[in-house]
Amino acid sequence: MTRDEIRTAVLHALTSVAPEIDPQRLDPDSVFRQAYDLDSMDVLNFMIALHASLDVDVPESDYVKLASLNSAVDYLAGRLTS
Amino acid sequence: MSAAPAKRTTYREAVREAIREALLRDPRVFMMGEDVGRYGGAYAVSKGLLAEFGPERMRDTPLSESAFVGAGIGAALGGARPIVEIMTVNFSLLALDQIVNNAATLRHMSGGQLSVPLVIRMATGAGRQLAAQHAHSLEGWFAHVPGLRIVVPATLADARGMLWTALEDPDPVLMFEHQTLYNMEGELAEDAGPVDIDRAAVRRPGGDVTLITYGATLYTTLAAAETLAAERIESEVIDLRTLRPLDMETIFASVRKTRRVVVIDEGWRSGSLSAEILARVAESAFYDLDAPVARVCSAEVPIPYPKHLEDAALPQAPAIVEAVRALMPASVSR
Amino acid sequence: MIAFHMPTLGADMEAGTLVEWLKKPGDVVARGDIIAVVDTEKGAIEIEVFDAGVIDRLLIAPGQKTPVGTILAMIRAPGEPPGVAPEPVAGAPPAVAARARISPAARKAAGQLGVDLDAVEGRGPGGSITVADVERAVSGRRTVLSASDRLAATRAAVGAAMARSKRDVPHVYLSNTVDLTPALTWLRAENARRAVTERLLPAVLFIKAVGRACADVPGVNGFWTDKGFAAGSGVHVGCAIALRGGGLVAPALHDVNTKSLDVIGREFADLVARARAGALRSSEMSDPTITVTNLGELGVESVYAIIYPPQVAIVGIGRIVDRPWVVEGRIEPRSVVTVSVSADHRAVDGRGAGAFLTAVERWLQEPAAL
Repeated sequence: MTRDEIRTAVLHALTSVAPEIDPQRLDPDSVFRQAYDLDSMDVLNFMIALHASLDVDVPESDYVKLASLNSAVDYLAGRLTS
Repeated sequence: MSAAPAKRTTYREAVREAIREALLRDPRVFMMGEDVGRYGGAYAVSKGLLAEFGPERMRDTPLSESAFVGAGIGAALGGARPIVEIMTVNFSLLALDQIVNNAATLRHMSGGQLSVPLVIRMATGAGRQLAAQHAHSLEGWFAHVPGLRIVVPATLADARGMLWTALEDPDPVLMFEHQTLYNMEGELAEDAGPVDIDRAAVRRPGGDVTLITYGATLYTTLAAAETLAAERIESEVIDLRTLRPLDMETIFASVRKTRRVVVIDEGWRSGSLSAEILARVAESAFYDLDAPVARVCSAEVPIPYPKHLEDAALPQAPAIVEAVRALMPASVSR
Repeated sequence: MIAFHMPTLGADMEAGTLVEWLKKPGDVVARGDIIAVVDTEKGAIEIEVFDAGVIDRLLIAPGQKTPVGTILAMIRAPGEPPGVAPEPVAGAPPAVAARARISPAARKAAGQLGVDLDAVEGRGPGGSITVADVERAVSGRRTVLSASDRLAATRAAVGAAMARSKRDVPHVYLSNTVDLTPALTWLRAENARRAVTERLLPAVLFIKAVGRACADVPGVNGFWTDKGFAAGSGVHVGCAIALRGGGLVAPALHDVNTKSLDVIGREFADLVARARAGALRSSEMSDPTITVTNLGELGVESVYAIIYPPQVAIVGIGRIVDRPWVVEGRIEPRSVVTVSVSADHRAVDGRGAGAFLTAVERWLQEPAAL
């Protein structure tokens, strides 16, 4: 799976949780939780959505590694190739 | 509306002016009836015309409605343009045979060879304590009969203008003048002249309810409309002007707009003109109605003589107001 | 014949706008079935029916703004024959005659505008349905609130309810800083062995702990009524949920004290999703016996909330913070949270509220027992 495909999946998961996010205008380094006012329920749903699309089960201790778009793509790319 | 200067006049003078104009304009026109010449007419409509036009054209007749209406029909068949005055509609019943069996039928029975260009004028209605034999409103009966045109001038302009147009009609026209209107004063344009006798007139526009009337109850109805306007109920008041043929187009257009209709008629309600109008509304505008049709008519009694009973028997403004309120949504009516 | 009324969906609701009927005359309904959708300041709510039977008549048209308590529909009890006139209900609008009076023009207009006349209220002469009634039903349908109007309406409704609560309800406030380390340690271990779809949020522990404490101290779980305190018929915890774009709802999680954490976790996720999608149910709006508001996610350390009448208590949860804490005589870094309770002093005194707060704390120390 390419980084672009992962990126698309992350954006899809994110907009499923926060529909008001415009993927075109998203700063890839902004921290989701603060930038988009996500609460713990949103974060959990984001992880559930990634699990559904990429079949990656992110442990709770790794949630912080998916704080922004770029870091999430990095983390998921590492998980999917290893 | 004419821009010409207006003069103060009465309904009676307007009718007299109409007769005078007809006598001046057309040598075939003459007038006859009981006391129309020397006495000047039971309602003083033709006062002064004998002196101006002479006894050939202002003819006093014997007290025989059948005879002088028959004579008028004969004169019309012979090419004259007679104006026959009958003192009141009650007395016209003596001439029913002439009117219904002859005047109304001859064109049809002769295959169009004969025409009866006759105008019969008569007073109608109550309100002046003349009692049951002089105060009925039987114009609706005549409106039943094919071959007749029935016109009812309610305004000065119509009193002034309908007669000439009626005389131009090749068929008999009956004109009903409500006896309480003769003294009505108002402004009339100096150049007022002939008016149509085909169309009803909207005397007051409004969107909430259509009030259909004619003759003297036009003014009762307009007074009621004024009261209703204070309650934010806007009435459209239609003056029928011609009772036969009815101008249903104007009525339907109004009912389609207001969706509510009340007929105000000094005639009785049973078997009446008001019944006819509302039947036609129900036949042709049923799906436009937002409330049941309604009527305000005279009580079903011979018109009484005492003033208070006469008033009680006739359509009055408060009854019209009540009839309209009953058709309005709860949020509008009080 | 059973009258089905516009339910009250909270103290701040005076009227709702019927958006659509999901049942029609003749449909069989069971208790709990969703019969209609009503638009309120807080969004579209699915209205449930409380009686089994057959829909006899729908009395209110979609689009109509209708005061709480108005009869919306008549339901025939099982076995009851159709066409029976409804029994008169005190304070309710006049019963409709067996055959509705509908003007010809109204019938035509309803056909053209697609309005169900069964649901139009007649205000014409004699209770007849006129064109104006049909047009009102249509215009109401068009005026379902826009997002910004809804936000303003929410503010107004919340403001009115909170002002009334502050005016009428003597609040007593208590708070406690609770050591959450054992609960979080347990939760981390628990979530580490759970699939992502099964993981629990700390909020679920708080909700369950509050539910357990309500069962221990029932004096905080219920309503203040004209006749004094009325205990709730179950422990239904209202969960304050912030809506995206603004606004707040506090629908109930039902019977929290008897459900497992897993069930509460799933139901809470579903409740949040439906609250944000505008698909809450009437029972969820009307049933809470106590409310929990959690502002910790915003970084707030403590919150002293205003009671949502007629409930008598609301629990405020702050942010989970690491603090130096004395444990068995030694200073240790611990994760702590400030838990507060605002209680209606008419219903419960400080002692009772304190007992409740202590019970919450005790349950949070024993997460495995929750």
